[in-house]
Amino acid sequence: MKVTVNGTQHDIDIEPDMPLLWVLRDELGITGPKYGCGIAQCGACTVHMNGEAVKACQVAAEDIDGEVVTIEGLGTPDAMHAVQSAWVEHQVAQCGYCQSGQMMAAAAFVLETPAPTDDEIDDAMSSNLCRCGTYPRIRAAVKTAAKNLSEA
Amino acid sequence: MGKLKTIFRRTFLIGSVAIVSGVAFGVYRYKTPYANPLLNDLADGEAALTAYVKIDASGIMLITPRADSGQGAYSVQAILIAEELDVELDQINVDPGMPDKAYYNTAFGDGGAPFAATDDGFAAKSTRTVINSLMKFLGMQVTGGSTTVPDSYEKLRVVGAVARETLKAAAAEKTGIAVADLTTQAGKVITPDGTEIRYEDLAAIAATLDPVEDVTLRDPSIWRILGKQHQRYDTISKSTGTQAYGIDFKRDGMVHAMVRTNPRRGGKMVSFDDTEAKAMRGVQKVLPITGGIAVVADNTWRAIQAANAVEIEWGSAPYPAEMNAHWQALSDSFNEDQQDSRQRDDGDVVAAMDGADVIEAEYRAPYLAHAPLEPISAVVEVSADRVDVWTGTQIPRFVQTNVSKMTGVDFDDVHVHVLMMGGSFGHRLEDRVVKEAIEIAMQMPGVPVKLTYSREEDMAHNDTRQIAMARGRGTVKNGQVETMDLGIAMPSVVASQMGRQGLSLPGPDTQIVAGAWEQPLSIPNYRITGYRAPELAPISSWRSVGASTNGFFHDVFLDELIHAAGADPMEERLRLCWHEPSRKVLEKVAEISNWGAPLAPNKGRGVGFCMSFGVAVAEVVEVTNTEEGIKLDNVWVAAEVGKVIDPNMFENMVQGGVNWALGHAIMSEITYSDGMTEQENFDTFESLRMYQSPKIEVAGLENGDHVRGMGEPMVPPAAAALSNAIFAATGQRIREMPMNKFIDFV
Repeated sequence: MKVTVNGTQHDIDIEPDMPLLWVLRDELGITGPKYGCGIAQCGACTVHMNGEAVKACQVAAEDIDGEVVTIEGLGTPDAMHAVQSAWVEHQVAQCGYCQSGQMMAAAAFVLETPAPTDDEIDDAMSSNLCRCGTYPRIRAAVKTAAKNLSEA
Repeated sequence: MGKLKTIFRRTFLIGSVAIVSGVAFGVYRYKTPYANPLLNDLADGEAALTAYVKIDASGIMLITPRADSGQGAYSVQAILIAEELDVELDQINVDPGMPDKAYYNTAFGDGGAPFAATDDGFAAKSTRTVINSLMKFLGMQVTGGSTTVPDSYEKLRVVGAVARETLKAAAAEKTGIAVADLTTQAGKVITPDGTEIRYEDLAAIAATLDPVEDVTLRDPSIWRILGKQHQRYDTISKSTGTQAYGIDFKRDGMVHAMVRTNPRRGGKMVSFDDTEAKAMRGVQKVLPITGGIAVVADNTWRAIQAANAVEIEWGSAPYPAEMNAHWQALSDSFNEDQQDSRQRDDGDVVAAMDGADVIEAEYRAPYLAHAPLEPISAVVEVSADRVDVWTGTQIPRFVQTNVSKMTGVDFDDVHVHVLMMGGSFGHRLEDRVVKEAIEIAMQMPGVPVKLTYSREEDMAHNDTRQIAMARGRGTVKNGQVETMDLGIAMPSVVASQMGRQGLSLPGPDTQIVAGAWEQPLSIPNYRITGYRAPELAPISSWRSVGASTNGFFHDVFLDELIHAAGADPMEERLRLCWHEPSRKVLEKVAEISNWGAPLAPNKGRGVGFCMSFGVAVAEVVEVTNTEEGIKLDNVWVAAEVGKVIDPNMFENMVQGGVNWALGHAIMSEITYSDGMTEQENFDTFESLRMYQSPKIEVAGLENGDHVRGMGEPMVPPAAAALSNAIFAATGQRIREMPMNKFIDFV
């Protein structure tokens, strides 16, 4: 089957029920999306599919629909997305393992909600777990990202 | 004689680890430094100025041997070296290096000795020295116990200064200018005429010189980096998905393994049927390992699927199968025979309670998983004369020893490569994953084997936080707390943890009373007794260890007594506290929380105080009792750490520690049924989410004489402050965690 990830098309021979997360990590070697729970509880695997934030552990290969963008496709150290710049500015990460998923969730959210309130941020981001407890900084970084995007 | 005997008894009980290992030591050998391990494999033109600074023509590498699990250990170590080395943080690279005895931890004595952190008497100091010398002889390169900062604070600044002075000596040799006339700045030596010589260009000469060891550390007033805010070493990589963790590590020709071992921990496997699993796509082998099976496949997901398809009959658990028997074992432990320690016994609690109105309460705290978000993993490659291990670990030298024993390969030919960890919280003080990977790899010599735990396997085999129970009795008089008698029962964490490393703990386990017995309070009649419950399910060090339960017990009971006395919780704690830096912590948290100001209806505030790991921490929690349940609004924290290394990192870690403590206190527990943990994943082992995270304001104080680590000490007071706040808001006293068994939360 063919999948397009971060603008590159790949032709892969896999089972139809292999989750997108493992297609990315083990078949394509794209390791930004993380495995944390496998049951849509932690959000560490969040990627964009057709522009929407989805939990890659819950998308079977046969259900991949449209282009997939991972944290690597959102931006790079030399050309960061506004969300990534905000994560740097607020120095959000401790262990950082959940942060790729947090940023992918945030990137989809701020496009739809350019001036989010705390409650809206909490609603949008509460399906992403951070065991280090960096929530105060995630909240602040989402606001900064939204502001910078809407002013851009 | 009595005193001396006590000192020696304490000393050698703590030293039991070394006695078991048969290590001799003495002051002379303690002072003799270990050889610099970097000198063994230097490339041409590369200089190793101490065991921590490696320079060649292309760059400067700082070796940061304390492992980074997200607490910022690499950045903290780099800051300390860079301060004296005169390099900017963007001019250096950081690498954990290879494990070596030279990187032993110099600070474990502070936490391991059975003396209060506030005790700087002769016995306390000499015992700490003895333990630190044991750490050296055992080559204990361990990250944990909030020791990275106290271990590194002076040591790594000296390292930076030695490297700098050696580079100046090299520049003097190159230019003929006297060392006294040379200065350094931003990675360069500068001559009197302003000529700048890059450190990199001095590496070849420096490599031929003996290190200049006669150095004087700079006065804090001229520090450029230390104490200032910086961008963490890993901020960019962790903000762009480019940070590689242990679970991301790859080798050519690597196979992917998944294990299933008896969920009745330590029990045997009776039989298994792998017919279906073997026929699944990508599966190469199904191998027996200790207590279970391993599936080897060409992809992680296929290995997990196939492992779950193996039908296995498990043997029984070597501990009580049902939770009520665990609690009963604790309840039965409050007796003289099981008394483990009574290091606090002021006044006369028995006489004080005779005939008085006695306030009594019982408290409980559950087993908890560490559950860092990155499931544990290891990549290993075994051949006849060499083993490589790539993993995120806090105990690389234990791993080296264990792998050497298992494979028969010489200790020095076992190479442990420490990788970035996606959290730990104490989880990676255990090395089961490596041992299992080695068992698999020994059956497939020459093939790199990656073992990744599924979340379910990780949680089923997590060596959890201890369960614990406490019973308090006390009296109040004239509006003051007069008597506090607290007994704490738990199995020994240290014995369980060291037992898995083949070591024993013959003496008392100070963790049973940590966070309680050493509190700097002068209550007239004050007794803290530790009771050692029998070994139950495996337990291990969970962020703040004994204090994680005892801070809750001690400070909620104290709060109950204060309320019974009719006193103000903050004022009475201040009145009872004799330790000036701790008083300042209480005063500070009262100030920033505006303690005593009128509150809106349905709001309540509680204060919690706990000194653990030598760090006095006071926290005020504010909650609202809403229709949907208790809502966390605000937390204020004041902590005495001696020196804040980087205020930005400090704030993040304090907030994280508070969220960690509150989340688990509210909703998390591991329970056993039929000998197995009932929680398998984050749907049943619940964890704090963003909407539950309060606003957290942080103040770091620097009034004390000791510089301490702060990864753990923020945890113990938080649950107490929360329980005390809920009482203030609702009148309901919550004495057991998780608290959502007793009251709803938003």
